[in-house]
Amino acid sequence: MVKKVGIEVSVAVADAAKLANVDVIAAYPITPQTHIVEHLAQIVADGELDAAYIPVESEHSVMSACCGASATGARTFTATAGQGLELMHEVMYVASAMQLPIVMAVANRALSAPLSVWGDHSDAMAVRDTGWIQIFVENGQEAVDNVLCAFRIAEDQRVLLPVMIHLDGFYLSHVIEPVGFPEQSEVDQFIPPYQYPLPLNPDKPVTMGAFAPPFIYSEAKKVQDVNLRASKEVIMECWKEFGNRFKRHYSPVESYRSEGTKVLLLTMGSFGETAMTAIDKMRGEGKKVGLLKLRLWRPFPFAEIRQAVKGAEVLIVLDRSLSYGGPGGPVCSEIRSALYQQEKKPQVISFIGGLGGRDITPAGFEEIITRGIEISQTGSDQEFELFGVRE
Amino acid sequence: MIDTNQLIEIRWHGRGGQGAVTSAELVAQAAINEGHYAQAFPSFGPERRGAPVLAFVRISSKQPILIRAEITEPDVVVVLDPGLLPIVNVTLGLKASGMVVVNTKKQAEQIRQEFGINWTLATVDATKIAKELLGVPITNTTMVGVLVKATGVVELDSLLEPLEHRFGRLAERNINAMRRAYEETVVKEWKN
Repeated sequence: MVKKVGIEVSVAVADAAKLANVDVIAAYPITPQTHIVEHLAQIVADGELDAAYIPVESEHSVMSACCGASATGARTFTATAGQGLELMHEVMYVASAMQLPIVMAVANRALSAPLSVWGDHSDAMAVRDTGWIQIFVENGQEAVDNVLCAFRIAEDQRVLLPVMIHLDGFYLSHVIEPVGFPEQSEVDQFIPPYQYPLPLNPDKPVTMGAFAPPFIYSEAKKVQDVNLRASKEVIMECWKEFGNRFKRHYSPVESYRSEGTKVLLLTMGSFGETAMTAIDKMRGEGKKVGLLKLRLWRPFPFAEIRQAVKGAEVLIVLDRSLSYGGPGGPVCSEIRSALYQQEKKPQVISFIGGLGGRDITPAGFEEIITRGIEISQTGSDQEFELFGVRE
Repeated sequence: MIDTNQLIEIRWHGRGGQGAVTSAELVAQAAINEGHYAQAFPSFGPERRGAPVLAFVRISSKQPILIRAEITEPDVVVVLDPGLLPIVNVTLGLKASGMVVVNTKKQAEQIRQEFGINWTLATVDATKIAKELLGVPITNTTMVGVLVKATGVVELDSLLEPLEHRFGRLAERNINAMRRAYEETVVKEWKN
């Protein structure tokens, strides 16, 4: 691994796509994703990357162009955020069901209205049922590493599914920090050229995404679900191989100082690091608290979550999006569901915070943990608490 | 004085278009090139040209930086535009041991009295230097020289590569402005 350089994470993500030697990029700029596609446009215009850059008129067209490109067997990359992801929404189902291994970086952003360009996970959660693999990263290095892994996972013949890499808008996308890049030859070995099994080809016509009457639609959906679930093994295999080659290790659920602790906090994405600082402080004061970080959101890592919370009495989950009028945070809701049938399980306490780019400081995380412990003792008549909200 | 063995948090005050974000980026890159951990980021949002903006830098020589939130209790504040002093509380949250690095043609004593800034003050007339050497009153690279002289957070030479990378053929002029500001910086500490 070469020396780390100080680089904006968006630029680093674009450089990772370049290292992956993508063939087609279709994109429409939107804050806070803009610098990723801007830098890629520059790289292609400068002749540093032999790729087709397709600037289109909307994100709906972005995803449509990506589907077409990917169907011909081209290695395809794009990036978006917030409303842009929402505008892609219907075409994203097509990408996954047609098994098109597109890789997309998402600079997670809140959804309007009121208008907010700032970060949270509302966009990521709104597309959780589109059948894509969804991986969350915590810093710039993880973003680069996982964009590289995403191509290898997506293009694996056992998978052939699109992958989203979720990096928090602004909290990661706009930060200059140290990032190390592998050599081109190392990346070429890690992500070898691939052959799409049945590419669109005028000389050898194939039918893709055909009409499915009731007698076959359920079977198509069953296959899709089985395939997405099965991808977990390949994802873990890819991370293992990445770890062997590049000495950085990833897993579906990661833990920090959680051994033997009765109280666990769970976060996703860039807030993990700030939460670690809070955990360190509390451990220093003799409070036995630990942290879980959910990296793999789809396919949902049921076994790993159940294993990670074994022995814990209180699990405090912080969501960065809100299911209005429902159970509150989607992550907490899914974790509760995953644990419901378990004989021994922790109390699961739901917090929502960091909406629309509101910071949570280390002191804020301490407050969440302390309050979570309190709720576990006194109970609460609310489904969740919205941290720091002025009422 | 600023203890460079500890986590150092720097907040930049500028106006949209003055390059506060760029200067934060350059300092972080210099620190990373020296082998330190560093982080630079803008105050997040749709900023407008001329409006007051913020940028942030964290530098840590020992520990990785595990915090992603805006800086509320800085060790150092850098003020790119003297016109901000009457309208923005630049010392908000500044640590008692902290320092204010300001672009001004006034004497430090005058700034102290006029704006009640009782922290250590590093001053230079960056607008004059920038106008003379760059031909424009954009003071970001000039003020980097003042920050480096006053705090020693990075070596001046560590900024050469980031400046060359960022500015290309305009790098030399910016380097000269930075060096001249470094030479002309006046640091005043007050005995309480």
